[in-house]
Formats: sequence, C-alpha cells, structure tokens
Amino acid sequence: MKALFTNSSIRRRLVFQLSVIAAILSLTFYLIVRVVAEQAATDTQDNILAASATSIADALYSERGTVNLELPYSALSMLGSISQDRVFYRVIVDGETLTGYTDLPDPASFPTPPNPAFSTFDYRGEEVRSVAVARSVSSAGQTVNATIIVAQTRLSLAVISSSISTTAAIVGVGFFIFSTTLSLLAAQSALSPLSRMTQSIKRRGPHDLSPVKAKLPSELVPLVAALNNFMSRLRASLAQSEDFVAEAAHRVRTPLAIVRTQAEVALRRLEKPEDRRALRQMIRAVDESSRSAGQLLDHAMVTFRTDHLLTSKVDLGDITHDTCEHLSPTAGLKDINLIVNIPNDRFPFVGDPILLQNALRNILDNAIKYSPPDSDIHIAVQNDGHYKISFSDQGRGFGDTNLNSLTKRFSRGANVSDIVGSGLGLTIADEVARAHKGRVNIRANMEGPGACVSLILPVV
Amino acid sequence: MRFAHIASSLIFLAFGPHLASAFEVEGNRIYAAPNGNVTLKIISTADINVFEPIILEFQRAHPTINIDYVIASSTELMKAIYEEDAVFDLAISSAMDLQTKLANDGNAQAYSSNATDTLPDWAKWRNQIFAFTQEPAVVVISEAAFQGIDPPKTREELISLLRDNPDKFENRVGTYDVRVSGAGYLFATQDSRNSDSYWRLTEVMGRLNTRLYRGSGDMISDVASGRLALAYNVVGSYAISRLADYPGIRIILFDDYVNVMLRTALIPRNAVHPTQSGMMIDFLATLNHSPELTKLTSLPPIDSAQLQENSAARPIRLGPGLLVFLDRLKKENFLANWVNSIEQE
Repeated sequence: MKALFTNSSIRRRLVFQLSVIAAILSLTFYLIVRVVAEQAATDTQDNILAASATSIADALYSERGTVNLELPYSALSMLGSISQDRVFYRVIVDGETLTGYTDLPDPASFPTPPNPAFSTFDYRGEEVRSVAVARSVSSAGQTVNATIIVAQTRLSLAVISSSISTTAAIVGVGFFIFSTTLSLLAAQSALSPLSRMTQSIKRRGPHDLSPVKAKLPSELVPLVAALNNFMSRLRASLAQSEDFVAEAAHRVRTPLAIVRTQAEVALRRLEKPEDRRALRQMIRAVDESSRSAGQLLDHAMVTFRTDHLLTSKVDLGDITHDTCEHLSPTAGLKDINLIVNIPNDRFPFVGDPILLQNALRNILDNAIKYSPPDSDIHIAVQNDGHYKISFSDQGRGFGDTNLNSLTKRFSRGANVSDIVGSGLGLTIADEVARAHKGRVNIRANMEGPGACVSLILPVV
Repeated sequence: MRFAHIASSLIFLAFGPHLASAFEVEGNRIYAAPNGNVTLKIISTADINVFEPIILEFQRAHPTINIDYVIASSTELMKAIYEEDAVFDLAISSAMDLQTKLANDGNAQAYSSNATDTLPDWAKWRNQIFAFTQEPAVVVISEAAFQGIDPPKTREELISLLRDNPDKFENRVGTYDVRVSGAGYLFATQDSRNSDSYWRLTEVMGRLNTRLYRGSGDMISDVASGRLALAYNVVGSYAISRLADYPGIRIILFDDYVNVMLRTALIPRNAVHPTQSGMMIDFLATLNHSPELTKLTSLPPIDSAQLQENSAARPIRLGPGLLVFLDRLKKENFLANWVNSIEQE
C-alpha cells in the first residue's frame, strides 16, 4: 500500500482514503440498521405473542373442579391483525393438554411467572416464534399450574426486515456515492492552491527569478519560502557569474589594447615580409580576442538589462542608421558597401535603446565578418505589421547548419571554422529581441548567396 | 345449442362407488371437456345447480380440462382433507373458519397471479385462501304472515316482535342447527361476537320452539309454503335465487349489522394439478367480469364498492380469529350454551 502511493498523486490518495472511510461507514450503517430492524421486528412480534398468551391465561377459569377456558376472540385475531402468519397455540394444565395443538412442543425452558419465555423452532414445516406464559389456577381448593404456548410463523417478520434491509442498503450505497463525490470535490479544492502555485510559476519568463508572492495556505508557506530562498540564491549566483564574466572580459580587453598598440608600433619598424605577416596575424588575433571580450561584456550587460528593461521611446530607423554609421569604418576596411534603405517614415518603438543598438550592432558585425571583401550588405527597415530590420549579406550563408541552434550561446555555423568568433552575436540579438517580445529570423538570402538575418519587433 | 353441447359432456354419477373413503359424499358429477386431457378434482360445498354454470363457462375457456365435481358438507370436506388426506385439486367451501384452519395448519398451497392480485385484501389470506363470492346472512319472511306487521329492521326489533307475538310465531320461526351446519355455526359465532343481543334472540327463539334446519334451501321452501313465518340467518344468495319461484317471500337485510360470508377456494397441499387449480381460481376471482354468470348462479362476486354502499355489511374477516371458535373447548361451550337457549321445554 505504501509503495503503491509513494509516487502516485495526492488527490488519488486522498480520494481513495476518504472512499474507504465512506465505505466502512456505509457498511456499518447498513449492518446496524439491519440488526436494529430485526431486533425491533422480533420485539414487536414477541410483544403481541405475549399479549395473546396473557389474554388466554386471563381467560382460564375453574368450574366444578375442572379448569376451563373461554378462548378470547382477540387472543388470536390480534395476531392476524398485523400479518398473515400462521398461528398455533396450546394450553397445558397440570401436564395435560387442555386445548389447542397437542403436537406443539413444550417450551425449552418453562417460564417463571410473570416472565414469558420466548423460543424459536421449526413446526409444521416453518420456523415459528413462540412464547410460553405460566399461570396458576385454583381448582377445587388446590392450585394447578397452567402453561399457555402461542406460536406464530415469521414470514412477515422476514418481509419487514428484508424491506428495511433493502432500504438501508440503498441508503448506504447512496451515502457512499454521495460522500465519494464529496471527497473528490474536497480533494480537488484542497489541492487547488498547489495547482494555482504551479500555474503562477509556469507563467514566469525564463529569467524571472523573483520570489513567488501568491497567497497560499499555511501548509504551502514553508515550501514556497524554500523555493523563494532557492531562487534568490540562484539569482545571486547567476549575477555573480555574470559579474565575473564582465570583470574578466574587461580585464582582458585593456591589456589586449596595449598589446595591439605595441604590435602596431612594432609592425612599422619591421622590414622582413614574413615578420610583418606574422605580426599582422598577431594583430588580427588580438582584434578577435578583443571583439570576443567585447561580446562577452555585451552579453553580460544584455543578460542583466533584459531583467530590468530601461525603456524609452525610440525610433528604430534612427537606431539602425546610427548602427550603420558606427560600423561603416569596419566595413570600409574590407571594402564592403553598406547599402542602407530606410524610408522616411517613423518607426516609433518603446524599448531599451542601448540593448537594441547592441543587438543591431552584433547582427551587422556578424554580417561584415562573414562577408567577402568588396561585397554589398543591404540593410532595410520595414513595417509590415511588425517592424523588420533586415541585414542581407553576400557571404557564405549558413550552409546546412540548424538555423534554430544559432541563437544558442557559443553556437556557431558549421562552415565557419576558419573564422575566429565567439558564437555570442546572434545569442545577444535573440535575447534582446525576446526581451522586447520580438524574435530573430535567420534564413538564406532569397536572391543569390549569403544570409539574411532580421530583427522582428512588434508594433506598439 | 349450448345445452345440447353440455348434455353430451355430462355424466351424472349420484354416488360414485369409486370414492370408497370415510368422508361422506353427497353427490358427484363429472364434466368431460371437449378436448379433455386433465381432470381437475374439485370438492365443494356448493350445490350442483349453483355451480354448474361456472364449470361450463370455465370449460368454454379451457376446453382441455375435465372437471370431477364432488359435493360434500363443510365438515365432511374438512374431514376429507384435514384428516384423511384425500386427493383433490381444489376445495371450495362456504365455511371460512374451516378453510382458514386448513391454510393455517399447512394443508393449502400458496398461489398468486394477476387475477388474485386484483382481489381486495379482505378477500384473500396468505395467498392460500381466495374468496370469490360475498353472501350476506339475511332474514327471509313470509309476506302472508307479516300482513299488518312492520317487518323488523334490527335484531332488537326482531326480539321485541317475537316476544310480543308468541301466538303468531310459535313453531313458525326457523334457523340453522349450528351443531350440524358449518355455515350456521359461522353465522352464529359471528353474531355472538358482534352483539350481545344474539343470546337474547336465541333465548326468545328457543321459547317459540324454533325449528332447526341443516341448510338454507329447506328454510326458504318452508317460508314459501307458509310453514314458517320467518327464517333467521339464511344465506342470501340462495334466497335471491328462489325469489322468482316463490313470490310470497321477502328478504330483509338488517340495519344493525349484516354478516357477509365469503365463499372461498384453496388448493390442497397434495393437489395433483395445481396449475389447473390456479386457472380455476383465476376464473373465480374474476367472476365480477361476467354479470350473466352472476345472474345464472345468483352468486354475488367480490365487489368492494357494493359492500361500501351498505354500511351495515360486515364481511367476516379471514385470519386466525376464525380459529377461535374451532377451539375444542370454545366450541363445546358455545354449543352447550346454544342448546341450552334453543331447546326449552
């Protein structure tokens, strides 16, 4: 039993236990009613039998030295008034049958006046209930003992008690069904705070680690307190690790900048082409490292800010324009042409401008990075029910990489192993989009090679 | 044509020699059915001419059942079934007390059907005894003898009338000899239970040298012939059936109370064809559906509504109360009292 319930639902357990209790109560009720009913029916018959026998005893008289009996009509008719059972009687005076059914057996124990003696036995093919009453009659100067036996079959008794038993059984079953239904409802209502709590936790966003504040019954308070405590520790721990990443990235970036400057200086002094090439490679590696550190910083910042958006009214066209301006020198280094197509319309949006800039910069930075030299990147801002800021390059595209996995942290395309990258760019864009109830769309370019990455945001 | 058919199916046997048993048979007739394959043996207290229409009508509905109809007095019927275990499929008697004793002591089988379910509760007992007629005990008077005298309406009036006119009624009052007639004993005991006036009436009748009869038929004929001025406790159905033949008689139902005797049928324990007995009981229980049969037999069928119309009518109640007057001592005492009252020199 215990094993059966350890893993099963509380509700099932509650309902089962309540049902078992209801079944036991119903059965007890049924048995008690039956016993009481049978006893009551037997008592009723006993009382009438005793009254009948007593009235016969009262009708005994002595006449000319012999005991005589004027059998009262009511003595037998009263037995017929409540049932259609067969009736037998016998009057014994001084050991001899005076009148009645001579074969009606003597009582098992002779009654002691004034108490009647009851017994049950089979007579003429049926079970009978009999009473024996003793009476002394004085006859010719001496006292003789008379015993009056009255017996009746128990057919109507059986009918009465079976009808009461049937009623009791129906009531018992009804009670059982009723209380089982109630226990189902009770279990449901008792467990409803639990499901309410489950729902309220389910509804939370992936980064919502704030304490649960729903009103809950006292039994659940410790659980929720423990849960809240756990979440606050988790939050602290997450913040700590983000801080650590940001701190580490920051600390790495400064020395890298110094290393790069020194390397530039050294490059100017070097004559040998192979030395210069090696140094250039070093500078490029330092650039990538610095970029990765920058992205780690961005990511940490994005993670922090998406929990506490600092929103303001912005225009997406302006932000896109600024981002392109900002990155056009980088593009220029690779002779990449940024073709910006922003209509004169306004694209008003409520969002965190720093995060949005960050997202756009990372997408465009990626596009530049994977574009071949001397190519075009088309940047467009549209409003077709949603705001769509798209960046189409003429690079190598994503090959057969699973596009959904690209927004995961540190995940990179399958065909970019020759290019240094952190795999954080699209992750940052994706997180920013989600924080603004939008999404990032990644697909291959429809015309020609290359990829098209779009930031899609709802119109508010 | 109907009677031609009947005549062909009748075999009359006055005293069947094959019934060599101790109980006394008054008559026996066998009704062969057209396609008879079963013989239903009935022992009955009803005269053949009373019951014959019922048998013929029954056979019309059940043409495979022959009927062997044996007539006996109620005491002989009791003797046959209770003491001698004679084999009969149906026992029909007007002695309700003896029928009750048969059922009470285990000599009857239970039976129930839709037809018996329609009987009122007072017309059956234990599903073993089924009443099919309700026959009041009446007073029959000779109109000639009562010229100029108001007929009595109650027993008290009857007592006064008899007491005040001994010359008119001396030797001219008749009633049952309750020592030999089961119906007479039943009526007398019920009278004694219902009213204290019964014993005074018996005393008065005793003083008038009342004639005692074994059956209602002779009493009615004697009233018709003028031998009797008045007959007390006559079975009403017999009197009604004779009204047409004897225009000089009149039937009086008392206003104080009228005992109503129920003619009953039961299936004896050792019946050989209880299924066919059940069919006969169903037929008897639904006699109220055939008014032409009621006319032919003069047997009034069970009808609660008709009893309710007459507030004086008291159907004798089936049940263990009827056993009281069958008690040996009770009966001895009752008969001793009765003889003391009725036989006065």
